[in-house]
Amino acid sequence: MSNPYARLPGWAEYGLIPLVNLVVAFLVAGLVVLLVGESPLEAAYHLINGAFGRGEYIGFTLYYATTFIFTGLAVAVASHAGLFNIGGEGQAYVGGIGVALVCLWLDRIMPWYVVFPLAILGSAAFGALWAFLPGWLQAKRGSHIVITTIMFNFIASSLMVYLLTRVLKPLGSMAPQTRTFEAGGQLPKLDWLLGLFGLDIGNAPFNISFLLALLAAFGCWLLIWRTRLGYEMRVMGHSPSAARYAGIKDARITVIAMMISGGLCGMMALNPIMGEQFRMQLDFVQGAGFVGIAVALMGRSHPAGIIPAAILFGMLYQGGAEIAFEMPTISRDMIVIIQGLVILFAGALENMFRPAIGRIFASVASSRSASSAAKGA
Amino acid sequence: MDVFHMLVTVLESTIRVSVPLIFAALGGLFTERAGVFDIGLEGKMLGAAFAAGAVAAVTGNVWAGLLAAILISVLLSLVHGYASITQRGSQIVSGVAINFIVFGSTVILGEAWFRQGGRTPALAGDARFSTITFPFAEEIRPVPVIGPIYADLISGHFFLTYLAFAMVPITWWILYRTRFGLRLRAVGENPGAVDTAGISVVWMRYRAVICCGILAGLGGAYLSLAMTAGFVKGMTAGKGYIALAALIFAKWKPLNVMLACLLFGFLDALAIRLQGNPLPLIGQIPVQLMQALPYILTVILLAGFIGKAVPPKAGGVPYVKER
Repeated sequence: MSNPYARLPGWAEYGLIPLVNLVVAFLVAGLVVLLVGESPLEAAYHLINGAFGRGEYIGFTLYYATTFIFTGLAVAVASHAGLFNIGGEGQAYVGGIGVALVCLWLDRIMPWYVVFPLAILGSAAFGALWAFLPGWLQAKRGSHIVITTIMFNFIASSLMVYLLTRVLKPLGSMAPQTRTFEAGGQLPKLDWLLGLFGLDIGNAPFNISFLLALLAAFGCWLLIWRTRLGYEMRVMGHSPSAARYAGIKDARITVIAMMISGGLCGMMALNPIMGEQFRMQLDFVQGAGFVGIAVALMGRSHPAGIIPAAILFGMLYQGGAEIAFEMPTISRDMIVIIQGLVILFAGALENMFRPAIGRIFASVASSRSASSAAKGA
Repeated sequence: MDVFHMLVTVLESTIRVSVPLIFAALGGLFTERAGVFDIGLEGKMLGAAFAAGAVAAVTGNVWAGLLAAILISVLLSLVHGYASITQRGSQIVSGVAINFIVFGSTVILGEAWFRQGGRTPALAGDARFSTITFPFAEEIRPVPVIGPIYADLISGHFFLTYLAFAMVPITWWILYRTRFGLRLRAVGENPGAVDTAGISVVWMRYRAVICCGILAGLGGAYLSLAMTAGFVKGMTAGKGYIALAALIFAKWKPLNVMLACLLFGFLDALAIRLQGNPLPLIGQIPVQLMQALPYILTVILLAGFIGKAVPPKAGGVPYVKER
């Protein structure tokens, strides 16, 4: 597709424009705070303090960020292949089955370092399975991936309610959740990592799946920019017809891209299930699949952008809890507004400020060339 | 309870739950036929339901509530329009964003203004719609078969219910029998041709988006002013997405939209009815399966196993006049 806008230098394209979009999103969120009759500055203070004020808070921020790295990468991988995977919520939810099954099977007889790799495989396999069908339906039957993945979110939600209330719930228990895992199903915390910086992790469930998330981010970069498969995905994302002329099997790429995306979403389930709750509960995903969309948009679908964007949203989730605690009129739903605004300004309205910024760059460039021309004369 | 009586009760609740679906799906029909996909139906309905509940509670006037609902829904539609028509951003991303913004804002504003845990105050009297009883409904009720059908199914609904069913032929007439409708459909199939004919694609699409806002607003108002007395946090509960599914299931045709909405409404009503009651021959059906059925059916339809759903050709593509 031709780009109707002037080319900007890299730092403006990947740094300045997302930053401007983000600032506008936060300004509008501040207006909502004003409308409620509270001070936006005070809210901002509690947000930052709640996210970074103490070692424990940082631990929570990074715990949430871990989740969002997975879902953000998932949305990004699919979008490189020109697919909008809005079904991360369902894929992560179903991925939880893989984690739970492995843990329920092995947690009493194996140590965590045996259970963890199997749980990774399990979560990725179940998540990929849930993404396989929409991918296959898009590739072979031409059904729109966005609609199918939305439908699969709802189907997953019903399926999980059924499983958790009828199948996976231990006998005699009322709560719709699995039994609590023993030591084998509990991931070690990364207290030593924060300890290096002299921070005390406290009760924060910041765990080893963070390292897995970083590894996944590196893996995604390798996949998309350094492998043949990634190249074919990007070609398909830019121009499906060009991909077809080049002999790329688009049906195959669609299915594979969706399965990788679903697998990444599924791996997100490791973090809350094995890292925090030590059991699978109803609604453990808590909208992380949707946050992934915002994270991928913010991070421009590049792992190097997704990690900071995920930390930003981790900060919102953790700091948002602090705001809700300190300022009772602003509940945690404020995060949902900010998330929506970020999706709006960094996603749908991403080009709103581009012409103005482009004009500034053009005028600076022309005045510079004019002055150098004057010097040369 | 005899089977006939049970059927009438289920059908009555079918009508009740179908109304917001019909409004929203018809709204979606307008925009999608004009080439603008709309995932934000859910958010628009929710925003409208909140506006209706809040304004009706403050003014005590149901019509003020209805007006506010339409106003908010149209405003949200214009945001969607600005992002996806003027700025040529992704229509899907914009719809998703609107859903989030509305969900969060209704809770925060509702809590700040009314302090009832995200609810608006319960409406009574003139602040909510009351049901309309047709003449002789009570007199005819004892008549077998016709009596219950007339008294329970046809009579005794809200003004908005009748409006929803009236909107089906009206929408059909607008889309297929007026110049506006012809142009609207053309803009969704081949905007280039419409542009060549000297008609503004942008303005056509904006008008379609506004039509959608009005209808989604009515759907939202029905939720908080008629079906229940007041707004409850997240009260659309996925109805916007079911409406979207119904729209696809109906292959983007007005009459089919009504039938699809009634079908999905019927499944919903049946699921509530069958909760804990085993069916003869089949046995107990998990409630979750019934709840997931509209989505499963839509997936099967989209996959082309029940006919083929062909969306408007230019759907989802922003129109660029010149390259």
